[in-house]
Amino acid sequence: MNTRPIAAGLFDEGASPRLRGGRHRQTGRFVFPCPQGGERDSYDEVRLASTGTLWSWTIQRFRPKSPPYTGPEAFEPFALGYVALAGQTIVEARLTGMAFDAIRIGMALRLTTLPFATDPDGTTVLIYAFEPDGDRAS
Amino acid sequence: MSDVWIVGAGIHRFGRTEGRSGLDMGVAAIRAALTDAGVDWADMQFAFGGSDASGNADTMVGRLGLTGLPFINVRNGCATGGSALTAATGEITAGRYDLGIAVGFDKHPRGAFDPMPSDWGLPDWYGAAGFMLTTQFFAMKLARYMDEYGISTRTLGRVAEKSFLNGSLTEHAWRRDPVDIETILAAPMVSDPLTKFMFCSPAEGAVALVLASGARARALGAPAIRLDAIAMRTRPPGSFEVFSPCLDLERGGSATRIASRDAFEAAGIGPQDIDVAQLQDTEAGAEIMHMAENGFCRDGEQEAWLAEGRTRLDGRLPVNTDGGCIACGEPIGASGLRQVYENVMQLRGACGARQVGGAPRTAYSHVYGAPGVSAVAILSR
Repeated sequence: MNTRPIAAGLFDEGASPRLRGGRHRQTGRFVFPCPQGGERDSYDEVRLASTGTLWSWTIQRFRPKSPPYTGPEAFEPFALGYVALAGQTIVEARLTGMAFDAIRIGMALRLTTLPFATDPDGTTVLIYAFEPDGDRAS
Repeated sequence: MSDVWIVGAGIHRFGRTEGRSGLDMGVAAIRAALTDAGVDWADMQFAFGGSDASGNADTMVGRLGLTGLPFINVRNGCATGGSALTAATGEITAGRYDLGIAVGFDKHPRGAFDPMPSDWGLPDWYGAAGFMLTTQFFAMKLARYMDEYGISTRTLGRVAEKSFLNGSLTEHAWRRDPVDIETILAAPMVSDPLTKFMFCSPAEGAVALVLASGARARALGAPAIRLDAIAMRTRPPGSFEVFSPCLDLERGGSATRIASRDAFEAAGIGPQDIDVAQLQDTEAGAEIMHMAENGFCRDGEQEAWLAEGRTRLDGRLPVNTDGGCIACGEPIGASGLRQVYENVMQLRGACGARQVGGAPRTAYSHVYGAPGVSAVAILSR
């Protein structure tokens, strides 16, 4: 199966995916995604931590307007949240692998990827997401 | 404390008005404000105004009269009205003019706002992925706050119930029917924990305010309301804003907190001195969080405040007396000035069935919007 990230360079695919963030060369501040364009030179690209804890969350209950949304026409509500990566930053991400009523602030999470859409040529578009981290289940 | 007075206030009803453009509503609000002040368009020495999505405010001179006045357009998101008022106040404080007008209007299509990532300095994938929704931000700021400070969903329901009740007593409101708390809580979720009755909707409306110096206000002889202080601020480090792919671990303040602090300092009074308040209520949780961010209570005390009805029309600090954005809807360019209009009417004692008791002497208004802007105005009589 051919796959690609929803945006080139946003994250590393594979069994152990990593988000690509940026670290400010002067202040050391971590950001996600790694800035492009005029700000790019101020940051070093870094692989962010692949585990974290849930900081806040909600459920997207209706299909977002297109544009800008490019998900499939058939819409299923999805969970999303902010995930705190210790010592780095808090990233916004899809949440997966958990029932909506089982979502709890503070739960241990790890990075994964999941299919988001399909290109006309059949390539599967992947999006980054966090799922319950069984090894650190709270 | 400033020597700027509001001598006229006009509004075009909020909600939906078929066949009338945002500019039409802006013109109607200006004419109403001029009539209220007992002055003519030709008396206006300057104007500031704007809309987010309904055109250039200065084109209204074609309808109102080609007097040659300076008319500066303002486009500052949800703070558009507050920014227009800030700029207008500055012209009088500086002594450049002694009579002018601020106007805000808008007319949005139905459904959620659909901002584009590039307009906000964000990469396209952020919108493609389904993150470019204001509703998600409000829900996640609130979910975190509720967890941290023990706010219940029933308290959110109480806010929305109050909004619809107040709206039912307000001529300019969009939603004119009360909705009971059980219906609010049982309604479909839009973005958890917020149901559809807890969110405001994009809408239409317009407001205009005629401002004068102290000397000019006295010469006009009208019942004037003093604009004690106005502060428009942008975000400090570590704030939590809409459309943020990441947040700093070190959490900070908010544009609201610094606008509020600076407005109180300029007015020389504190939150305990305010008799009536209009606080940005994009959704029920925003009203809750903004009660604390504006200094009216400590974080978490809202649970008791709402249970005891302290923010109802007959409470110690009535909040969003015209039903706020939840009952009036959100025309971005107009909402900030609607709050000031409502405060002017409350201070005049002209609000009829929704008039708060005790002949209020001080009134507070607060707007907040993307990407982290806030404006606070304090009025007195």
